Amino acid sequence: MKAKLSAFFAKDGAQKLLASLLSIVIGLAVGSVVVLIVGLANPAISLRGAWEGIRLIFAGILSTGRDAAGSLTWGFNPTSMGNMLFRATPLIMTGLSVAVAYKAGLFNIGAPGQYLMGTMVTLMVALSIPTTVVPPALVWLIAFLAGCLAGALWGALPGLLKAFLNINEVLACIMTNWIAANTVTWLFDISNFKNLVESTKSGYIYKTTYNGVATAKLGLDKLFPGSQVNGGIIIAIVLAIAMYILMNKTTLGFELKACGSNRHAARYAGIKDKRNIVLSMAIAGALSAAGASLYYLSGNTEFFWSTYQSLPATGFNGIPVALLAVSNPIGVIFSGIFMSMLDIVGLQLTNLTAYNEYITDVIIATIVYLSAFALVIRLMISGRKKRRMAQGGKTAEPPAPEDEDGKGGEPA
Amino acid sequence: MTFLIQQTLLYAVPLMIVALAGVFSERSGIINLALEGIMIFGAFVGVLFVHVMQTAGVFDEAKAAGDWIALQGFELLAMLAAAVMGAVFSLLLSFASINLRADQTIGGTALNMLAPALVLFLVRIIANQNTLQMATGDAASWFMIKKTTLGYSRTDDLGFLGNTFLHKVYLATYVCIILFIILSIILYKTRFGLRLRSCGENPQAADSLGINVYKMRYAGVTISGALAGMGGFVYALTSANCTSNGDVAGFGFLALAVMIFGNWKPLNIAGASLLFGLFKCVAAAYSSIDINGDGVYLLAQAGISSHFYRMLPYLITLIVLAFTSKKSRAPKAEGIPYDKSSR
Repeated sequence: MKAKLSAFFAKDGAQKLLASLLSIVIGLAVGSVVVLIVGLANPAISLRGAWEGIRLIFAGILSTGRDAAGSLTWGFNPTSMGNMLFRATPLIMTGLSVAVAYKAGLFNIGAPGQYLMGTMVTLMVALSIPTTVVPPALVWLIAFLAGCLAGALWGALPGLLKAFLNINEVLACIMTNWIAANTVTWLFDISNFKNLVESTKSGYIYKTTYNGVATAKLGLDKLFPGSQVNGGIIIAIVLAIAMYILMNKTTLGFELKACGSNRHAARYAGIKDKRNIVLSMAIAGALSAAGASLYYLSGNTEFFWSTYQSLPATGFNGIPVALLAVSNPIGVIFSGIFMSMLDIVGLQLTNLTAYNEYITDVIIATIVYLSAFALVIRLMISGRKKRRMAQGGKTAEPPAPEDEDGKGGEPA
Repeated sequence: MTFLIQQTLLYAVPLMIVALAGVFSERSGIINLALEGIMIFGAFVGVLFVHVMQTAGVFDEAKAAGDWIALQGFELLAMLAAAVMGAVFSLLLSFASINLRADQTIGGTALNMLAPALVLFLVRIIANQNTLQMATGDAASWFMIKKTTLGYSRTDDLGFLGNTFLHKVYLATYVCIILFIILSIILYKTRFGLRLRSCGENPQAADSLGINVYKMRYAGVTISGALAGMGGFVYALTSANCTSNGDVAGFGFLALAVMIFGNWKPLNIAGASLLFGLFKCVAAAYSSIDINGDGVYLLAQAGISSHFYRMLPYLITLIVLAFTSKKSRAPKAEGIPYDKSSR
């Protein structure tokens, strides 16, 4: 049994998993420490309040509120669970977007812009095709695909700038993000999609249900009553699996990864590196936009159109999702769900304690920071194992092959 | 014209000093993508310092007596606090990228996410809202230098230069310009500057000549953090009325673009940041700009959407980068963790 276990830990994938889990634990611990320090420094927060905050950070998803006596109650909360899956949908997609680009050697910080472009085109298409003529399911499909296409084109832009003009894709992505934010605001401002019917709130676009378009629930609402969950999560999981197959089992995926490892060597081997850079950014853009489409086509979400001063956090959070999953598309499913769980935890903290939801962003940032030196953590894990073997007097196994993803995949 | 120059300087000076922050880091071989995050953190620390000092009433007497020299000292102290904490915050980046040889892009991104999260978390607890403001008064009444503060009467005409550079200005702007000049000279004309730059070009060669690459890189990133933190506070003071809300409107990233456009050279950066300051100014105040003073607001009457003006700085950045990036010469060793054993 022990031998089996150590063989498992010698595996590359297992070490990556362990490093990610370690990052999560450290991230949560850092969040708890911040909560504790603030609790001690702030006279308005009692030690009991701080302890409640810490417990919510670790298990907020299982919180069911407070009982009559004022203490926290715990248990299976179908609303939280369902909302977690619903919010995970766009996160998985933006995470996939960043992961695919990262495998191809590009750091896609442009996910927010691609997400916004997808949002805009999806909403415009879904609201402008009359459902009296075209069946709603078909409108849904057209809107989804149109959104993806818009995202792909927007994503291809920094790709083109990188491939042909040698502009750093990080900088190009940041600029296109803000250009997208302004464009979206501009086009919605002159459009007639602004919600003027419900006068209680201003600045929002119509929900897609206004035109009778909404993602099918597929029975998930029965499983998680009271939540917003719908079939989108299943589409996201299917797309993640499709990306896994594309990256690992096809020639195209191999070429993209080859470009990511060493662009010049790939070109020497006859791979069209410029085409692949543009293509991988286009795929990444389409994935981000698909996340936006799935989120806003759900029918119960509204888009605040005057967005020129802020970029959607969902786009940026694709980065920690991808990093936590070590850019593995299957891993992205789980890390996406984990990130949305943190979202729910943040809401519970705001609702139930004196703390607010921004602490979860601190936790996420810590996890990203740790994943920056994931390689070191992995070396530490394998180093400890080797030392223990040497002490046991056994002949050490040949060291696990050095992982190239963390090192070779980094953008120049 | 006076208005245009003053507004342009307000935007250009933080950009300039933060872009120089980028230069110090990148010339030592570390990509500092975290400029935005450090600015946000510096702005928060500076504003918090002002807030705490005001609550404690330390400068109340000086304010009541109209002792503007003491108030300017208060402003300089806040800048210093922001710089020190910016430097401390940047240690997170240097530790990860120098000692742990981490991916610098990801490390910078982490700091960019950490800063607004931490700042908003604390601001919400301190101020019970999403913006931390000064405890009393506003930036203009406490820190702005006006004709009257300098002893002139309201009706005196100081001439074009006097009106532009002595009336309704902040001392911080000039401090930044002087610092910019001093630091540029240090970077190019001193032994320390030469050593710093050599670590960004060929660290192995530098090491073989007895230069401690790790120390130099720590120095580069720490100076960078101090400048970016101070720049963040200067931005908050001059453009955001001394408030902190976990946002500096993408100035850190614009500064990165300015740095690349300026080819990592201080003089070019000064020019580039003036250009960007002008576009930022046009974007922010196009409707009230009267270029030749004849009462015709040309830009507002041109019939171009305000959205277009807001987009302009970013669009121009991309276009300018498209034309200059072929020639751009980044420090050779930037982004590569230094490993003594590799060749």
